[in-house]
Amino acid sequence: MAVTEEKAGAWIGKPVARKEDAKLLTGQSRYVDDLTLPGMVFAAVVRSPFAHARIKRVDVAPALESEGVVAAFTGADLAEDWAATLPCVWLVTEDTKQPMHRPLATDKARYAGDGVAVVLAETRAQAKDAAELVEVDYEPLPAVIDPEEALAEGAPLVHEELEDNRSYTWALKTDNADDVFSSAPVVVKERYRQQRLIPNAIEPRGVLAQYLPAQDEYTLWSATQIPHILRFWLAVTLGIPEARLRVVAPDVGGGFGSKLNVYAEEALALVLARRLGRPVKWTEERSEGYLATSHGRDQWQEIELAADEDGTLRGVRVRLTVGMGAYLQLVGAGTPILGAWVYGGAYDIEAYDFECVGVFTTATPTDAYRGAGRPEATYAIERAMDALARRLDMDPVELRRKNFITEFPKTIASGLEIDSGDFHGALDRALELVDYEGLRREQAERRAAGDGKQLGIGLATYTEMCGLAPSRILGVLLYAAGGWDAATIRCLPTGSVQVFIGTSPHGQGHVTTFSQIVADRLGIPIEQVEVLHGDTSTMQLGLDTYGSRSLAVGGVALYKAADKIVEKSKAVVAHKLEVSPDDLQEEHGRFTVAGTDKAMTVQDAALHAFTAHDLPDGMEPGLEATFVYDPPNFSWPGGAHVAVLEVDTETGEIELRRYVAVDEIGNVVNPTIVDGQVHGGVAQGIGQALFEEAIYDEEGNLTTGSMVSYLVPSAAELIDLELDRVSAPSPTNPMGVKGVGETGAIASPAAVINAVVDALAQFGVTDVEMPAKPERVWRALQEGGAR
Amino acid sequence: MRRIAVTVNGERHEAEVEPRDLLVYFLREGLGLTGTVVGCDTSSCGSCTVLVDGESVKSCTVLAVQADGREVTTIEGLATNGRLHPVQQAFHEAHALQCGFCTPGMVLASVSLLAENPSPSDEEIRHALEGNLCRCTGYQNIVKAVKAASAA
Repeated sequence: MAVTEEKAGAWIGKPVARKEDAKLLTGQSRYVDDLTLPGMVFAAVVRSPFAHARIKRVDVAPALESEGVVAAFTGADLAEDWAATLPCVWLVTEDTKQPMHRPLATDKARYAGDGVAVVLAETRAQAKDAAELVEVDYEPLPAVIDPEEALAEGAPLVHEELEDNRSYTWALKTDNADDVFSSAPVVVKERYRQQRLIPNAIEPRGVLAQYLPAQDEYTLWSATQIPHILRFWLAVTLGIPEARLRVVAPDVGGGFGSKLNVYAEEALALVLARRLGRPVKWTEERSEGYLATSHGRDQWQEIELAADEDGTLRGVRVRLTVGMGAYLQLVGAGTPILGAWVYGGAYDIEAYDFECVGVFTTATPTDAYRGAGRPEATYAIERAMDALARRLDMDPVELRRKNFITEFPKTIASGLEIDSGDFHGALDRALELVDYEGLRREQAERRAAGDGKQLGIGLATYTEMCGLAPSRILGVLLYAAGGWDAATIRCLPTGSVQVFIGTSPHGQGHVTTFSQIVADRLGIPIEQVEVLHGDTSTMQLGLDTYGSRSLAVGGVALYKAADKIVEKSKAVVAHKLEVSPDDLQEEHGRFTVAGTDKAMTVQDAALHAFTAHDLPDGMEPGLEATFVYDPPNFSWPGGAHVAVLEVDTETGEIELRRYVAVDEIGNVVNPTIVDGQVHGGVAQGIGQALFEEAIYDEEGNLTTGSMVSYLVPSAAELIDLELDRVSAPSPTNPMGVKGVGETGAIASPAAVINAVVDALAQFGVTDVEMPAKPERVWRALQEGGAR
Repeated sequence: MRRIAVTVNGERHEAEVEPRDLLVYFLREGLGLTGTVVGCDTSSCGSCTVLVDGESVKSCTVLAVQADGREVTTIEGLATNGRLHPVQQAFHEAHALQCGFCTPGMVLASVSLLAENPSPSDEEIRHALEGNLCRCTGYQNIVKAVKAASAA
């Protein structure tokens, strides 16, 4: 039930109905494409139909003659407009190769969808029509899509100035790794595919750029997760003073990592607005976005587990080959590295050996997609744990329980410290909810009966590192920015409060969650808390929303800013009541003096601080506080998920029967919002496991080029999830909170595919590649059965 | 150009439109009703769903001229006298929206479903909403909201 009470008191932990909803439910939302400026023109990008082709000639003249066309430019025309390449902020090694990435290609097109020209016209339709008139002579070159093939001798070179297609090799190894692997009595080795995925935020990307020459002032409205990061990097890319650029993320319709980037069109729109002296709008069409917006995953994974005969896990060795696509996008190179520390999963191991090779291919660049590196890690370790259980003829539950990390804080073999967790508690609760024993009995019966539909039970226990991140660690890892975030609380004299936050929501409900924190800490009626975000002119400090960081970093910054408000209010109140601050007690922003009826609130203090008639000597008037919080550790959620499904052994069709998720995410501010995050994350993970795959043909054409051929799951494909939580509050921050935005997507692909393999294990099936479509399941059955 | 007369949210509008103009752009750019949004170019996602003569249609697959003489309801016209429609209210109470982009289409498709089938089962709701994609919620709370609205 939604809570609508208005009294001051405990708001943290309550299922408050969202403040964001009213405008979104009534059509009063404002997404970028809803915005219009006087004199605005529309841009259309001409894109290469070839995955790899030399650009011999680009002629925009025919487009210029088309009705309504205002201007058209080739990449060469704009060559002088750029001060730097489009950025990659995480060059993961000192020798990572970062090729030049211009917003419009000039020499070669390096993926189907690479922009080669741009046309501007009075209307959307005129721009689109005219873009088709631009003449481009291409000399097609051989494509290479698979990252392993791109590493092979003689593979087509994506960037000719580089000697091969390798961008980097990143490694992390403990000294004992070789010894442990050579001495372990049991070693299992598995190889998995993380298919390419298309994020599919339902709002396509879009930008609107304005330049006011008289003030030399730029404004960019963008469907982005990262207005602050965007401002910084666009200033660098364009070579303009950062102070002259304002970036606004208005209502943003989902991101999932795909709007965590500095895209060509964002840079282009600003430059074109400057050249034309008119505002420029560009809105992506969905099938255009399938080519031009970053993809996710695209990894080959090899994982080896070293263990004793009794199932004691001793070491994990991982080799990844990851497709970067044609260029390094903002965090593309680092995305697989975000998983690099957690291939040991929730288990206590002594040896670790990880290596990842990033590879250029003639495909759309990959970058962060919900979970970014950690779904891949969880998938590999959890699939491999099931393989080890089969090898040792152990129940997968028993194997996991035997190896769980149980004491915290725990420094794991890869070197990071998990601050808290409860893996046993989560797994026990999940098994209880799902009735594991009962399901195993049903499975045995159906196996014995030769049922045409076989039952599969799949587990995934996980831990992940999110809440990016301690700035010092990011520095050591060569990440080009910090990991802090910031919040400002401004108490207005009439009692209401403005909150400015550096995170930038696009569906997560920050306005509600952050209102709850302020209402709880300061006793301000929740409807009098106004949360402002997503505009670099109202909140200059911020590092935006990605990697499940908004509550664990931004929320904690807000909590600590509230502490400062309480602290100053206390001094104001003590002065006013003529008592010592030590005699004041405070709860939810209300100050009392023991043994008296004297009482004042933060709201009272705000008025006194504003009038400044009677403040302590030397006190600055006004009641406002900012806190910039740099987290001392990552955030470490964990949990146990169980998928239960039926596989039709005749057709290979899968029917999901149940899905239980028990997560350990520390303290919860709004359980309804948290449940929603888990629902959405698990749905995306089920999508990866069963339905979704970006497929290229040999020429490098994206054959799943629209929502017709790329299967985003609908309501009909999904089921109701059963959720619960255990709690091991994070000792890292005063709220005890952890991130939750990605946990569902991290745990669910492993749980679902483990269930598919479990259903078919009796037929000798040990692997079904994602997505487990009926044909693929059926083939696995034929091949497994033939063994 | 062709002259059309369309009643949108109870208000009659006359306009000159190109024969190729889609209803969704007539609503968004012609009338400024930006609550109806465009999520794809293959009529797959349902974000642009509106009601035409009470039935849900994807306004990206309908020409503006086809709406001539008909009644269109968009998300802006669903609440009456400042009170949310029961489906809107149920979406709010069940947390059936996150980013909100698919929400107008999802709400209108649900209104249409309930007009045809006032007390659908969960299964019927899931199948009826198959043409409306949401990437945030996993649909669980959407199904819950429609169910709640059907009982309201």
